[in-house]
Amino acid sequence: MKRSLFSILTTLVLLGMILSACAPAAPTEAPVAPAPTEAPVEEPPAATEAPAATEAPAMVEETVVVGFTSSLTGAQEVSSKRQVAGFNLWMNQVNEAGGIKLSDGTVVKISAQTYDDESTKERVQELYTRLITEDNADFLISPYSSGLTAAASIIAEQNGKVMITAGAAEDDAYKTGNTSLFQLYTPGSQYLLSTVDMLKTLDPEAKVAVVHENDKFSTSVVDGLKPYLDSQGFEVVLEEGYASETTDFGPVINKIVESGATVLLGGGHYPDGSTFARQLYERKVGLKIVSLLVAPADSKFPELGDAALGISTSSQWELAATHTKEEADALGKPWYGPTGEEFAAAYEAATGDKPTYHVAGGYMTGLVLQKAIEDADSIDPEKVKAALEAMDLFTFYGGIDFDTSAEAHGLQVGHQMVVAQWQKDDAGGLVRKVIWPADVANADPLYPVPAPE
Amino acid sequence: MQQLSLLLASLPDGILLGFVYGLAAMGLTLIWGVMNVINLSHGPIIALGMFGTFFLFTRMGLNPYAGLIPVAFVGLLLGILIYAVAVHRVINAPHLSSLLATFSVNMIIIGLGTAAFTTSPYNVDFSAGGFKLGSTTLLGTRLIAALVAMLFTGGLYLFLFRTRPGKYIRAVANNRAAAELMGIPSTRILALSFGLGTMLAAVSGALIATFFPFSILAGGSYELKSFVIGVLGGLGNPVGALFGGLVLGMLEGVIPAFMETSWVPVIEFGLFVIILLVRPSGLFGAKQ
Repeated sequence: MKRSLFSILTTLVLLGMILSACAPAAPTEAPVAPAPTEAPVEEPPAATEAPAATEAPAMVEETVVVGFTSSLTGAQEVSSKRQVAGFNLWMNQVNEAGGIKLSDGTVVKISAQTYDDESTKERVQELYTRLITEDNADFLISPYSSGLTAAASIIAEQNGKVMITAGAAEDDAYKTGNTSLFQLYTPGSQYLLSTVDMLKTLDPEAKVAVVHENDKFSTSVVDGLKPYLDSQGFEVVLEEGYASETTDFGPVINKIVESGATVLLGGGHYPDGSTFARQLYERKVGLKIVSLLVAPADSKFPELGDAALGISTSSQWELAATHTKEEADALGKPWYGPTGEEFAAAYEAATGDKPTYHVAGGYMTGLVLQKAIEDADSIDPEKVKAALEAMDLFTFYGGIDFDTSAEAHGLQVGHQMVVAQWQKDDAGGLVRKVIWPADVANADPLYPVPAPE
Repeated sequence: MQQLSLLLASLPDGILLGFVYGLAAMGLTLIWGVMNVINLSHGPIIALGMFGTFFLFTRMGLNPYAGLIPVAFVGLLLGILIYAVAVHRVINAPHLSSLLATFSVNMIIIGLGTAAFTTSPYNVDFSAGGFKLGSTTLLGTRLIAALVAMLFTGGLYLFLFRTRPGKYIRAVANNRAAAELMGIPSTRILALSFGLGTMLAAVSGALIATFFPFSILAGGSYELKSFVIGVLGGLGNPVGALFGGLVLGMLEGVIPAFMETSWVPVIEFGLFVIILLVRPSGLFGAKQ
């Protein structure tokens, strides 16, 4: 019996090894006992340098450990990987430029400690504890998504670690007395307000269906959206939530049709959003405009083909509407960091892909940390935290200003969204155009979106 | 009135989807019925069927429905392999052993699949058109999938009742010891049954891929549905599984007409518990 058992186990192990050897490597961790991984090192970009650092009299090198988890597997994989790619770009730029130089001659190099959180809250809490207690991370970056960040924020707060959040727009985490979180994204409650403003000019009589994923982020977006729609005089003919793992949107789409809605606002994240868009197209629903969260902002979205046409999204940043030093000067705010074009060129040189707002968010977590270290002229966490609280600057990504009140500490109050839409270029290819606000738009809104044939 | 109209719009869709759910559940229930093994690798095999369609269609340009033949064949072989490697040695052990063995296979497939395909969503950009039925659009892919599911059900029925190996399977399911005494090679029949179960799972995955995006983790939700369907239709009763699938599909179409879509899983699994309590062998299960 023992020999039989041994034979079975041996066969299974050998089979696994053979198949593993055949499969291309993927950057995943073992599910049970993860070993720390270094963030992948990418070639330094040629097009841009990290912000200038001051000269120092004598050089002492310090290494700051930045800890975070990324969703290399699971539901948040697509957006999370982009966020990490943005952070890695910043880290490589800083290290290649010789590090962050402090006035006492110290040179601060950056080291990243990261694990795969498998897109689950349980793993996030376990791994952030590990990052703090075993890996001695000096500063933390959030995982991707509001739900995972809410789980990580508890650990960060309990241990008094500064955590800069990206990909985490939900408001509530910043309104529960936390003092260690600093949000880069425009809060969820304001996510779709620009879209409503646009709709007001396009079609004030539009009948709106609000259909969203039932998760923290999307719910916070809808919580902010509904009163704003009311205040702007729009009739909401349907409000519906769906489970995150929904694949069949047929019944929801039937409800939208029955409601008489002409406009759809909602969605959630990449998997459900892309599925929703495809099924809306297949069923020829013929809405005048569809605005979905997150999914249409990803460069994978055009894989849907014609189903992507006309779908719009609220975006934290678009290269076509990148913020400039002139804008900063006009607002009287200090400019910091590379231009949007430099950032995009560096990212394309490193990855061959165009940056999305998730990439920009990841890059900005590093850039904001760098600025805070420079302003604090120290890597002491308390001084860096004070520098973050005092921060009010302008970058290619837009304004960065954190609420410092006790009610909403760390909430982002300086950043604005734009509205982007997938349209066709002259060659018939799908391109994401900025359609709102009008002063930064590079295309008119496609409204109404042509009905599927 | 609006709810009635919504109900009429959603019901056909639910029924069509129910056939495919039923096909997936048939694989699970066949294995349980023949060898009393709960196959926890059912979900990942459904996902592998989805990837089968994806690669045959996008890389080789094969029509997804023509691609069902190689997917079914590979599914059958994979099932026989899983049986030989992981199930055969524990077939007479307590249920927990076979449960753990198939769970291990589940983890191996998911691990390898994640390494090979990541967990990003994949999409088979295939359309078979559709037509308007009242205020709703019936999709060609769902109609064909339902038709294929019916064909497979009919085929399975004929195989089990009209062919010698099918009769052997029924004999082994009925009384393995007696079947062996009659000279039936039970090991080969069990392997064939497991292969047929995984073949049905792979084919249902291949059909689902024509209308829903998927990842290597996507099979999990269909595995759960298969359990509910198995209980509805009676574990061990493949034709009952098709009926169970239809019931589940209809519920998924009907419930959103009256309440929020997010209530669908609550109702589904509530029903699962109620049937387990009231009629543990399922609505169409044999009396114990």
